[in-house]
Amino acid sequence: MSDLQALEAETLGAVAAAGDEAALEAVRVAALGKKGSISALLATLGKMSPDERKTAGAAINALKDKVSEALGERRTMLKERALEARLASETVDVTLPVREAAIDTGRIHPISQVMDELTAIFADLGFSIAEGPDVESDDYNFTRLNFPEGHPAREMHDTFFFAPNEAGERKLLRTHTSPVQVRTMQKTNTPPGASWIAAGQTPPIRIISPGRTYRMDSDATHTPMFHQIEGLVIDRNIHMGHLKWTLDQFIARFFELESVVTRFRPHHFPFTEPSAEMDVQCDTSGGEVKIGQGTEWSEIVGCGMVHPNVLRNCGIDPDEWQGFAFGFGVDRLGRLKYGMPDLRDMFASDTRWLAHYGFSAFAAPNPASGLS
Amino acid sequence: MKFTLSWLREHLDTQASVAEVVAAMTMAGLEVEHVDDPGKKLAAFTVARIIEAVQHPNADRLRVCQVDTVDGRKEIVCGAPNARAGLTTIYAPLGTFIPGSGITLEPRAVRGVISNGMLCSAAELQTAEESDGILELDGALAVGVPAAEALGLEAVIDFEVTPNRPDWLGVAGIARDLAAAGLGRLRTPAVAPTPGVFPCPIAILLTAPQACPAFAGRLIRGVRNGPSPTWLQQRLKAVGLRPINALVDVTNLITYDRARPLHVYDAATVTGGFIEARLGRDGESVAALDGKTYAVGAETCVIADGSGAIGLGGVMGGTSTGCSEATTEVFIESAWFDPIRTAQTGRDTGITSDAQYRFARGVDPESLVPGVELATRLILDLCGGEASDVVFAGSAPGRVAPIAFDPAYVRRLSGLDLTEDRIWSILGDLGFTREGGMVQAPSWRPDVDGKADLVEEVARIAGFDALPAEPLPEAPRAIGGVLTARQSRIRAARRALAAAGYQETITWSFTARSTAALFGGGEESLVLANPIAADLDCMRPSVLPGLIEAVGRNARRGFPDCALFEIGPVFAGDQPDDQRTAITAVLAPHGPRRWDGTDGDDLFDLKADLLALLDEVGAPTANLQVVQDGAPPWWRPGRHARLQLGPRAAIAAFGEIHPTTLKALDTPGPVYAFEIWLEAVPEPKKRAVKTRPALALSPLMPLTRDFAFVVAKATAAGDVIRAVLSADRVLIAGARVFDVYEGPGVDEGFKSVAVEVTVQPRDKTLTDAEIDAVSARIIAAAGKSAGAKLRA
Repeated sequence: MSDLQALEAETLGAVAAAGDEAALEAVRVAALGKKGSISALLATLGKMSPDERKTAGAAINALKDKVSEALGERRTMLKERALEARLASETVDVTLPVREAAIDTGRIHPISQVMDELTAIFADLGFSIAEGPDVESDDYNFTRLNFPEGHPAREMHDTFFFAPNEAGERKLLRTHTSPVQVRTMQKTNTPPGASWIAAGQTPPIRIISPGRTYRMDSDATHTPMFHQIEGLVIDRNIHMGHLKWTLDQFIARFFELESVVTRFRPHHFPFTEPSAEMDVQCDTSGGEVKIGQGTEWSEIVGCGMVHPNVLRNCGIDPDEWQGFAFGFGVDRLGRLKYGMPDLRDMFASDTRWLAHYGFSAFAAPNPASGLS
Repeated sequence: MKFTLSWLREHLDTQASVAEVVAAMTMAGLEVEHVDDPGKKLAAFTVARIIEAVQHPNADRLRVCQVDTVDGRKEIVCGAPNARAGLTTIYAPLGTFIPGSGITLEPRAVRGVISNGMLCSAAELQTAEESDGILELDGALAVGVPAAEALGLEAVIDFEVTPNRPDWLGVAGIARDLAAAGLGRLRTPAVAPTPGVFPCPIAILLTAPQACPAFAGRLIRGVRNGPSPTWLQQRLKAVGLRPINALVDVTNLITYDRARPLHVYDAATVTGGFIEARLGRDGESVAALDGKTYAVGAETCVIADGSGAIGLGGVMGGTSTGCSEATTEVFIESAWFDPIRTAQTGRDTGITSDAQYRFARGVDPESLVPGVELATRLILDLCGGEASDVVFAGSAPGRVAPIAFDPAYVRRLSGLDLTEDRIWSILGDLGFTREGGMVQAPSWRPDVDGKADLVEEVARIAGFDALPAEPLPEAPRAIGGVLTARQSRIRAARRALAAAGYQETITWSFTARSTAALFGGGEESLVLANPIAADLDCMRPSVLPGLIEAVGRNARRGFPDCALFEIGPVFAGDQPDDQRTAITAVLAPHGPRRWDGTDGDDLFDLKADLLALLDEVGAPTANLQVVQDGAPPWWRPGRHARLQLGPRAAIAAFGEIHPTTLKALDTPGPVYAFEIWLEAVPEPKKRAVKTRPALALSPLMPLTRDFAFVVAKATAAGDVIRAVLSADRVLIAGARVFDVYEGPGVDEGFKSVAVEVTVQPRDKTLTDAEIDAVSARIIAAAGKSAGAKLRA
């Protein structure tokens, strides 16, 4: 059977020599193809005697298996080698720059962030959110809030007015979000055309009203448009002590400081009686405001017990119901907490400023994780 | 308003320091704005005496002085011509900052002689504008006395008075509150009436009681007017008033002392023997004491005599009857002018005089005669003369009605736990009187007209420090959170846009009317009558101009690559429901060129962000129609579309801004933008059941088939897709365009749109014949609805 051995040596040699899959396929066809050398040997078995066939058959089939196995191994090896060669040829320069991730460039404006912080705090205290229009009537912005006609307190609001309309009514840009309090307290207030505008409620009431407000003023600490959040609590037995506690809570939570010192002092607003302002102790030396340090005071909120006339003007009996209201400047609060030097920059849309003072999309304040 | 401690002490017996007074004022409701304390500012400066002054060896105009100072004997070089032996003056040691010259003293040789300090002039201490030499002080002053004390300088307290407290516009009123707050004993001197010795020759006529209901006056004859004495001049200067002459200074003093404005007339110049308070007449004008002439209208209260209008009532007197040093007969006016009318005259004329300021807030209606008497006393003291009888016309407004008051209301409204005695004593200290359960406010408190006002009085004097901090009672909470669906949407949209790479900004709600007009707005009802700037005079119809201009500003600074958004109000009219909330974004791509060649059409990046955002806010995106025709003029035609839910219900628009619009807003292009009108986007129905429908997953593999359709160039790919999807609502799971081609092989005026259709077998594997049938339906539908033919 030296022929068989020679064939085996020759075929396995050819398998080992095949340099690529095509050459290997040629070897396979030459050996195992229809006219291949081993196939030809197998074809001779039919003419053999049973005994001959038994021995020769076993030998030829063993050869066939051996060649098949060698072919398979060689094919796997060649495939791997080809893959390695291809991958090596497809090497990239991984130091090339990436496309900037959107999440890194997008920003939340600090005023929105502070609004969300305030909402988180007051939602946790049981307040819901009421909204109203920026273009308001004199009645809602002033008269119902106990600003007497022609009273100097009106002048202090530096109001933007529109020309009288066809009905002779002079609309204005709201100077505070207090008209929303009026809309909320007036339980007969028919739901307006737009469903987002606060409708009247019956007491007890516990709301905050955030939004844009307008006064004719422009310098580093005033802008003709600014943002306010006002709060209103009406119930049977709400007194000034509740107001003081609420503001203390709010200030500690907002500034996230255990040691904020506040000062609660009398003031005057037409729509509250008694009226108060709260200051927070701070240090402004060195050009930046540090809350919770120093010996200066920064005014932070105007507030008081809702004036009985205001309750009456909204159809609420002041002998049965009473409560408090307060109002913050959101932009000012943001400035105190995050340290922007000039409020006018808040509305200048400088992309560098937005990138610096803005917040990540994922930094949504919530009471569980803390505000900032 | 300003006052000094010594002035306060005329009314308040107190040992309190400036700091204690300021603290008490703050807690009583008076907002102290500023304390100008020369004692602090001049702390380093003290009295010194020159013992010897000799000529400087190397300089003609300098002297070398031996000076006794608080630091001992010092050798000081001085250039003042009046530096002489024996002079008592002011010394500043080395290291002192000299406010008048802005330098800090250093040991430095002056022409070879070291000066160990400095002798100072009034200008160097900033107590005078200019001075000829160093200060010359009373030789009796001891060396080392602080300069402020030696110069009689006092701390000046500057504070803000809230409009409800006209009585605080006089030092006496402040003293009353401070006394009630426990800072001292009230001792405002009483004014003894001066009996008249002759009838007043000037009659008072009140013909406009709605403007001037009451008027008291008196003539004093034989006065010698001239500069007022030093104490009076100093007192006025300390609070920022300019001394004029004794008669005028007396009125200014009383204005600040008692919040009682007065006016003095040179009676010799008053014609007709009367003074009348009436309304102005057409064509009348008043030459006022400020040197300006004011035309008066029929709504202005004027003071007139036989010659016509001679003053603006309660606002400012006129030059024709003003008091000069030659005045020998003076007529004193102490009147009451209507606050609202006085405020209006102030606005009309632009005058904010001390008198106008007080009358506009409401002067004590019972102070007319006391004001005349106090002025009489001072004028007789300073200028001599004899007084006529007091004349009084009209009647001043009465006090506010008594208030029914139960002291228990203090606790109910404020939470303060005070005894009834304490409550009544506070009210008594403030001038309130009690009769049974009724409380009468004093005449100087027109603001107190209800029981809540009384609680405020009690609480602020008891001290807001004493208020308890009481936790807010628990309130039932909305189970689903406090935000409305709309508020939640706005928050989601904001965070989604920031996550998509847009920077949130906030721009003004107002814009230039011309800009508003470029975006379909600018109507009359939204134009401000008093804008803060001419280019911010109209409410915006859209956020787009604000954002586009922001892109322009950033580009001019060298940062043209912007992705900005704003969520805020837009205005279609002046009614509440004309205000809508717009979610608006702009994309101005000028970013760095990319090495991987992945720059596509940025319009479609923006469209992707818009669609993702609509999904995020729960808009029904599956039913959206993209309508391309009829672009408003600020959009670039052909690169703009509206997203509609029905034929009219547009919820959003996107596209590229028209180059002409960009040019008008001085902004480089391209700028892509979208806006979503939030209120137009239907809110998803709130479902009581939160479980989601069961997930039905097919075990059968989906298969895809590609179709190349040839359609007219104008046909929207969206129409082809819609037609394809309609071919089989059950089996076709999706269709998407993967290539659009125009050019060789496709006829002119046509394009090839290649669509990959995904077919999802439902309950059994599809046979080839069934797949072919679906394909045929797809081709038929595309042909029928979009005029598409299969590409050959």
